[in-house]
Amino acid sequence: MDRRSFLKTGVAAGAVAASGGLAAPAYSQAANRTLRFVPQANLANFDPIWGTQYVVRNAAVLVWDTLYGFDDKLEPQRQMVEGEEVSQDGKTWTFRLREGLRFHDGEPVRARDVVASINRWMPRDPMGQLLRALNVELSATDDRTFRWVLSAPFAKMKMALGKNATPMCFIMPERIATRFDSFTQINEYVGSGPMRFVRNEWVPGARAVFQRFEQYVPRNEPPNWLAGGKRMMVDRVEWVIMPDPATAAAALQNGEIDWWENPITDLVPVLRRNRNIAVDIADPLGNIGSFRMNHLHPPFNNVRVRQAVMTALSQQDYMTALVGDDRNLWRTMGGFFTPGTPLYTEEGGEMMKAANLERGRAMLRESGYAGEPVICLVAQDQPITKAQGDVTADLLRRLGMTVEYVATDWGTVGQRRAMKNPPNQGGWGMFHTWHAGADAINPVLYNAVRANGDGAWFGWPNVPAVEAEVPNWLAATTIEQERAAIGRLNRAAVENVVYCPTGFFLGYQAWRRNVSGIVKGPIPFAWGVSKS
Amino acid sequence: MFAYVVRRVLATIPVMAVVALFVFSLLYIAPGDPAAVIAGDQATPADVERIRASLGLDRPYLVRFGAWVWDILRGDLGTSIFTNLPVSTMIAQRIEPTLSLMIVTLLLAVSVAVPMGVVAAWKQGTLVDRAVMAFAVLGFSVPVFVVGYLLAYFFALEWDLLPVQGYTPFSRGFWPWLENLILPAIALGTVYIALIARITRATMLEVLQQDYIRTAKAKGVGQRAILFLHALKNAAVPIVTVIGIGIALLIGGAVVTESVFAIPGLGRLTVDAILRRDYPVIQGVVLLFSFVYVLVNLAIDLLYTLFDPRIRY
Repeated sequence: MDRRSFLKTGVAAGAVAASGGLAAPAYSQAANRTLRFVPQANLANFDPIWGTQYVVRNAAVLVWDTLYGFDDKLEPQRQMVEGEEVSQDGKTWTFRLREGLRFHDGEPVRARDVVASINRWMPRDPMGQLLRALNVELSATDDRTFRWVLSAPFAKMKMALGKNATPMCFIMPERIATRFDSFTQINEYVGSGPMRFVRNEWVPGARAVFQRFEQYVPRNEPPNWLAGGKRMMVDRVEWVIMPDPATAAAALQNGEIDWWENPITDLVPVLRRNRNIAVDIADPLGNIGSFRMNHLHPPFNNVRVRQAVMTALSQQDYMTALVGDDRNLWRTMGGFFTPGTPLYTEEGGEMMKAANLERGRAMLRESGYAGEPVICLVAQDQPITKAQGDVTADLLRRLGMTVEYVATDWGTVGQRRAMKNPPNQGGWGMFHTWHAGADAINPVLYNAVRANGDGAWFGWPNVPAVEAEVPNWLAATTIEQERAAIGRLNRAAVENVVYCPTGFFLGYQAWRRNVSGIVKGPIPFAWGVSKS
Repeated sequence: MFAYVVRRVLATIPVMAVVALFVFSLLYIAPGDPAAVIAGDQATPADVERIRASLGLDRPYLVRFGAWVWDILRGDLGTSIFTNLPVSTMIAQRIEPTLSLMIVTLLLAVSVAVPMGVVAAWKQGTLVDRAVMAFAVLGFSVPVFVVGYLLAYFFALEWDLLPVQGYTPFSRGFWPWLENLILPAIALGTVYIALIARITRATMLEVLQQDYIRTAKAKGVGQRAILFLHALKNAAVPIVTVIGIGIALLIGGAVVTESVFAIPGLGRLTVDAILRRDYPVIQGVVLLFSFVYVLVNLAIDLLYTLFDPRIRY
């Protein structure tokens, strides 16, 4: 018995005696069936279509199931779907659902639920929007079958329905999916996934609880990310929100929590010294640091100024500021896509890795830069943007540019970056952010690399050569064709500096050694995880 | 007296109206857009605009303010933009931890600080007095989070006596409730103890110089009775004032303490809401805090009559 238990026992002895006590083995068994998890952020809302934050998706995969699911090779595998048929012309897809699928309210999952869910998902998702543009008819033909007729073949159908980037195509009951449009938040959390959401125990900002769904029928295959059998080895998963990393570290060491999704690198050595704690890379798809320049206004409407900045920047400086000296956690990149994934290429990417300040200065002088101030937005409440912003401000000053460093918060950056006004009229010159590696695996999911002018992401780059390759990638039927299109896209994006990646970085996760089954992945998958 | 209480309670209405107007206006002009946060990085400007419209954030200032005031008058604090839960529900979920933390802190602070201040005044210039004053300086100087981390390190990690974090509702038993509050209350209470101890000492020193104390001593009244019955009661008015003012200090400190000890209270709710621009929640919590503060001040004013019968309303 440890000291705290002894103290507890002493103080509570009378009460326990009076109540008849709680059998120790029963208590221990219950504790072993509850997984206490500290997520990356607060679960502030729980509609994975309305709110596209990663923390919402990570909770949603417990509650809602998907038709397909990515495995660790980023290949979509059948999940709720038993099988599919594609017509000769590639325009008609017919899907059949698995038998025995059931929602948490006891109702069977029917094809019309799927149709309604897809209709709610499409307007919010880049791949969904492409499908919506091709949609001729999406309908349920019987309870387990639905048919999708398109105006043109869409080779990436299974990828669209099974990807792990937000928003994922989650299946919910028709009555919910039709009552709330994509831009209105649901207030009923009924899915058909392996866990039920215990709504009355949800305290946003503090706690979210999930209870095992007894009627869930997992697939027979072994679990592999979002694919395979999602077998829950615990009865209850408790998400404990801890805004303070030091507190989470102490709670993990003390055994008050079992698994921490994203310990900060400063605390990892402390955790590693504890023999009861295991530490490993969390998400091999990692993140890409970045800053975006405003292509509409001086000085960054001049491609030569953008090239000067890209040539001068040292990704090593950024990564060291972000994650420190641990070389396991970062690498420089010569391309825009996620390193280690099938489409990663460094074709034409020499400028990204140049890290040549002198050459950058010379290029800036030749660019015609006239000393226009750069309004540099830096959100101070996000460690990732703060660290990058400080490095950028220093870089630009050394390069010879005039910098107006605007220290603000993420909410304000979110509002101001949408403004197209000139920088001196409330607009901006550049801002910092990062992209989840799970999003940066193809040009449709990865809107940061798109360059379709007004339709592009903030900064509004307009590079037809980049856009020309997106349909080529979509139409590609072999990986070689896909890679060729992405190689050309990467070259054009670098030459025109669509934006500046600042490096690829990973993060750690940590857990108590009495917990097993934790895997590396873009989502903290709770299935297959058990406690002893 | 009753008329005074009624007058004071009625006087809270214009105060609350001013607070409401101020908070609403401040949030209206503050930068930041909850719709952009909700929409996420993949969203197009049109998506953000649709979300803004669905939340009613595109309506003019007066329309929004009028609707909010009308809802409040009907007892409805609104619905959180992010959680889709009524603000009153969110406050109800969070009020017990914060209230518990404040009560335990208050009890701890008063029971430790007042005797400390009294003893320091009684033993003026001695080692005891200097130790109390040194503690007071330290208490003022060390931030709450540093005290919190140190306490958690020693009492939870090193000696395994108390939990690091969390909150257990009172309904699950006294000890489970208390064990989660001991470290946060000490962390939060340190500065409060320092403040009350200093004021108690200073006031007591003044009172101990009074003629009636000398008379009591001459009559042979015991030291303890002089200190706690005669002197302390006469020193109580400024001490009670400081305790009242300190409640605002506690509310501010609770934000940090709740974060350090992962207590799901109103402080954390406020910070989360501010960072996300969850306007209805911010407005609801600020209104609640203002109301509590007004009531605390009223209670302090009434307490004066208890300690000093010369005060009449």
